[in-house]
Amino acid sequence: MATETTLEITLEVARYRPGVDTEPTLQSYQVPLREHWAILDGLTYVKDHLDGTLSFRWSCRMGICGSCGMTVNGEPQLSCATFLTDYAPGPIRVEPLRNFPVVRDLVVDIDDFMTKLPKVTPWLVREVQSPVEDGEYLQTPEELDEYQQYSMCINCMLCYSACPVYSLEPDFLGPAAIALAQRYNLDSRDEGADERRDVLSSPEGIWACTFVGECSAVCPKGVDPAGAIQRYKLTAATESIKELLMPRSRSRR
Amino acid sequence: MNRRSPEPFLWMLFSSGGMVAALMVPILLFLFGIAIPLDLWSPSHDHLLAVLRNPLTRLVLFGLCALALFHWAHRFRYTLYDGLQLKRYAVPIVVLCYGGAVVGSVIAAGLLLTV
Ligand code: SF4
Ligand code: FES
Repeated sequence: MATETTLEITLEVARYRPGVDTEPTLQSYQVPLREHWAILDGLTYVKDHLDGTLSFRWSCRMGICGSCGMTVNGEPQLSCATFLTDYAPGPIRVEPLRNFPVVRDLVVDIDDFMTKLPKVTPWLVREVQSPVEDGEYLQTPEELDEYQQYSMCINCMLCYSACPVYSLEPDFLGPAAIALAQRYNLDSRDEGADERRDVLSSPEGIWACTFVGECSAVCPKGVDPAGAIQRYKLTAATESIKELLMPRSRSRR
Repeated sequence: MNRRSPEPFLWMLFSSGGMVAALMVPILLFLFGIAIPLDLWSPSHDHLLAVLRNPLTRLVLFGLCALALFHWAHRFRYTLYDGLQLKRYAVPIVVLCYGGAVVGSVIAAGLLLTV
């Protein structure tokens, strides 16, 4: 234990100060290499002891809030769930999430994601709400299994950062938003699939996805957004073919 | 306009092409690439020809060829769009890819019908 605190590792942190810098630059800091320290602990150490001007986002420090996403050695990661020792002897390059405009240092502008999320009607839609006295909408464990995986998303945007389609086509609705739509579409209590369909099956929706699969590879919560998208492609394609064969089958349009 | 987009149909062809190719190509490769050359199985020429002339075999093989070509077309189109950043040439790329798949399917049909 005595030697543990003396070991150090270098963090190469991207710095960008709006109005001062024209380009992000890397700045190196030596931080203690402690066994249970995540990248986020290293950054906190920098902020507390070495350079109070460093900016980064975090909240829960336990992989739940989704605010600490960063690019660590080129890979999108939750900085609170990625450990310094895994990168020893270093150096470790810490940069902001790719595919998002940088506000300052490691803080990115998430407005694009925030405007896309509500587009998929991410709540339970009912044609008729039954009165509260009637009690809960019951669900079997099998019905829960249908969508539970997609409900694990913490909106960390690592999938957007990893997605090459999103980087080429910023209008792409994106992995997490589509997985979220499926979280409700596949919920037995929901009746909003029709409402979500136009957004999902537009060219900026599922059809923009070319099934690269990086989103599912980087997702820290096992959501498998790529799987959600492929599954919806089958639904949408089946619907389109049905409509071609029976053009009047959709009553609401 | 979304409703008229051919994308769902092209994707259906793409995904069914991937599926039939994944299921059938390994079997065909094993039979004709390993089993026959190694004499693990030695059907007579006449026998194979009779099998090939069965309308069902023709239909299945045609389905395999056409769908696999459409699978290629779709994948290749997006490889050119995104991989090589050629999306500005979308129209010629679409013509080349799906047109190629149509031409290939016609050739496959011709070959299968004339053996
Ligand atoms: S799908 Fe996964 S990677 Fe994408 S925002 Fe949700 S938790 Fe993060
Ligand atoms: S700080 Fe909440 S997920 Fe990392």
